[in-house]
Amino acid sequence: MFNVHVYVRMKKGLLDPQGKAIEGALKSLGYDQIQDVSVGKLIEMKIKAKTKAEAGKKIEEMSKKLLANPVIEIFNYEIEDIRQAQSKEATSK
Amino acid sequence: MKFGVVTFPGSNCDYDCFNVVKRVLKQPVEFIWHAENKLDHFDCIILPGGFSYGDYLRCGAIAKFSGIMGEIIKYANEGRGLVIGICNGFQILTESGLLPGALQRNESLKFICRNVHLKCENNKTPFTNKLKKNQVLRVPIAHGEGNFIADQSTILELKKNKQIVFTYCDEKGQVNDASNPNGSMLNIAGICNKKRNVLGMMPHPERCSEEILGGIDGKLIFNSILASK
Repeated sequence: MFNVHVYVRMKKGLLDPQGKAIEGALKSLGYDQIQDVSVGKLIEMKIKAKTKAEAGKKIEEMSKKLLANPVIEIFNYEIEDIRQAQSKEATSK
Repeated sequence: MKFGVVTFPGSNCDYDCFNVVKRVLKQPVEFIWHAENKLDHFDCIILPGGFSYGDYLRCGAIAKFSGIMGEIIKYANEGRGLVIGICNGFQILTESGLLPGALQRNESLKFICRNVHLKCENNKTPFTNKLKKNQVLRVPIAHGEGNFIADQSTILELKKNKQIVFTYCDEKGQVNDASNPNGSMLNIAGICNKKRNVLGMMPHPERCSEEILGGIDGKLIFNSILASK
């Protein structure tokens, strides 16, 4: 079992009204240092697969089919083996 | 001519379309539930406006995988009849790949609900044969995501194949930035496929097909559909 994070973002140069609105709001709070705010989506899921590569193939497929629209969006993803994640957590405790 | 109006969870213009076909055009019409997977006896399918599946993920993205959309894609590709997608229906058509491009958030960031003027750029389609070329129509829009976008090669294809059917214009028919309500590339308000049997448009002809609603320009589009058979 793997934990998956899929990130979907607007392609560069496309209108990102949420990003614009947030940038405006942050600046109005006095954060003049910021620029290029953009908003994307994070889609989390668990997936059953024998290997990380197999999981990656499925995620790639579902991102192209549904999660992202290639006309306006790009995507990338992170996959983590749940057992490894749990043992990491255990050692850090 | 037999019409079918698809109802998705969240469609809200399905009854308006049904009403126009039944009471104004006086043609047989049935609702088609999104989970159905049969489309045998229809001459024209209407994908109505609304917020199918709550507009979750992206407008139209979930609807494209509903039972009925697989059938509609086959129906359209096999040329078995006409498909018109209005507003959310247009978004579903682009998401399904039946029409190119995508509809993103309006440039103004606002939901716009008002009458606009449309110029008929191509009257040689089953949806516009009762219009004159360059004829100006007054039709309402009501959308937050109607800003048409496509890459340069798609835009060139659309132009070359005369797939741009309607553009936003002013009442004199001038197509310019001032008459563009949502930021759409080339003021595009509606496009058809190469085969001419699929039309997607953001404006709502079903909301201006009766005098009591303040205009009947939308009826010209429905009358064209009738005349096409």
